[in-house]
Amino acid sequence: MSNSYPFGFLDEYAKKEIRRTTLKAVALPGYQVPYSSREMPMGRGFGTGGLQLTLSLLGKEETLKVIDQGSDDSVNAVNLRSFIEMTCKGINTTTKTHEADIIQSRHRIPEKPLREDQLIVLQVPYPDPLVVVEPSEDKRKTLHGEADYSRLLVKLYEDIVKFNEITISHRYPTRINDHYVIDPSPIPRWDVPKINQSKALILFGAGREKKIYAVPPYTKAEPLAFEDVPFRVEDFTDENSQRRACKRCGCTNSFLDEFIDSNKGEKVYQCSDADWCDEQGGSNITEDRTPEVTNESLENSNKAGGLAHG
Amino acid sequence: MDKVLEVNKLSKIYGSGCPSCFELTGPEYNTNICPRCGSVVAAHDVSFELYKGEILGIMGESGSGKSTAVKCLYFDQEPSSGSASFFNEGQQYDLFTMNAAQQRRLSNHRFGMVYQNPHLGLNFDISAGGNIAERLLMSDVDNYAEIRSRATGLLSRTEVLPERMDELPKNFSGGMQQRVQIAKVLATNPPLLFLDEVTTGLDLSVQAAILDLILEIQQEKQTAMIVVTHDLGVIRLLAGRTLVMKYGRVIESGLTDQVLEDPQHTYTQRLVASAL
Repeated sequence: MSNSYPFGFLDEYAKKEIRRTTLKAVALPGYQVPYSSREMPMGRGFGTGGLQLTLSLLGKEETLKVIDQGSDDSVNAVNLRSFIEMTCKGINTTTKTHEADIIQSRHRIPEKPLREDQLIVLQVPYPDPLVVVEPSEDKRKTLHGEADYSRLLVKLYEDIVKFNEITISHRYPTRINDHYVIDPSPIPRWDVPKINQSKALILFGAGREKKIYAVPPYTKAEPLAFEDVPFRVEDFTDENSQRRACKRCGCTNSFLDEFIDSNKGEKVYQCSDADWCDEQGGSNITEDRTPEVTNESLENSNKAGGLAHG
Repeated sequence: MDKVLEVNKLSKIYGSGCPSCFELTGPEYNTNICPRCGSVVAAHDVSFELYKGEILGIMGESGSGKSTAVKCLYFDQEPSSGSASFFNEGQQYDLFTMNAAQQRRLSNHRFGMVYQNPHLGLNFDISAGGNIAERLLMSDVDNYAEIRSRATGLLSRTEVLPERMDELPKNFSGGMQQRVQIAKVLATNPPLLFLDEVTTGLDLSVQAAILDLILEIQQEKQTAMIVVTHDLGVIRLLAGRTLVMKYGRVIESGLTDQVLEDPQHTYTQRLVASAL
């Protein structure tokens, strides 16, 4: 059955359009370029935007890595990978960050710094950061054009008034190249600084919302904040002011997932990036990785905890 | 004296318009609807000048075009013809030839509009302080502590308790909402303010307090203001000069005392005579 699909599933015209859109997105850092998102054999909102980008950009003999919240083995990543393997004959897949030419990711940027010859595709559910403050797309386009993000900053202001701190845990609005503010997809705050002056090209695909945008290599990416209330990433220190370590590899400088050990009933922490964890020595430990937290539970913990853990 | 605003032959027609629109409407015809094409001539040939620290009153009945004139100047509506120049810090801005982005920039930074209905001027989903912060953030103040202290200052200036600055405006009384609106407008220190029926719908003591506040601001900051109202009392108290409008035309203008004590046009005479 798979032989009947053209390489990359999409027809050549579709791929051409997506590549041209991508070029435009690269030329206008942070600008959301509309494109005619194609129907994919999966529901919109399940990563179709990222998938279309990957299918259009991937070439024979290139190596692909697909991750879902840091893990190569969770449902979304596994299914996308096997779909791409089926429709792109001749490509290689890997779980190793440094081996990949293209990394398609849902909600994480790998811990290992990316290189200039690599490219990361992020799946985006809501491309426009202004959607929370302005329902009309027409008016949003004007606000973007004039770089008027005062209403987003008012949201941050209100957060500080209420909670003494900016409480956005993921999708942190980030200003690209001193003009457009993007929704960097639901990556945790931890990953936002990685966008700044990234060596690798970062592409964002929103299939349902039909938008593609990009942060080109070596581009300034600045999370919105106040002069005297600067942006900060998640703080993983415990009650004793000790940085929590991954219980599997012992790493103390990675983004940690928190979950409950079902046998002991206590909180445990583990690297969110599975490949990173293995590389830090996690693979030598006989104990398997605790099954990845589901998206729901993570989102809940984000809502409930926010930056609270630590 | 420094000129702030000069308006020349401002006209606004709603509808297709025809060559006889202006000839067949106006106070002489007792209508502003053109009998030929059915267009509404909301304002025609409105010209005036405004100087620093001056308050100009625009008076007239509902539908006389007073709000339309102000909305055109605040870029809420586009005029059909006419020109207007705004003078600020040695620069002259030709209001109606600027592009939309320049217009928005000017109205955000240099103009202020206080609406009759606080819902139009305030965002009711964010706190009173947040509303003021929005204006400050628009003009690139990005220090949280500074925003807080300036918002506190503005609210105490307009006599809103600063302890209530983090409450939503919907929890406030009508007079308080109006004060928050004024505080928000003052945030960028605009040299020109538009006040559209600011005291209508407030009870008398609150009206008096708001009017006092407006006068104090005028004295303090030498802000030029255009006050649109149908209330003769407001005109008498605030405005130095007054335009009287009817059916889209300015039928009388001059010093407020003169207009009110010695009205020339029959409509103005009736208006003054009927005032309580």
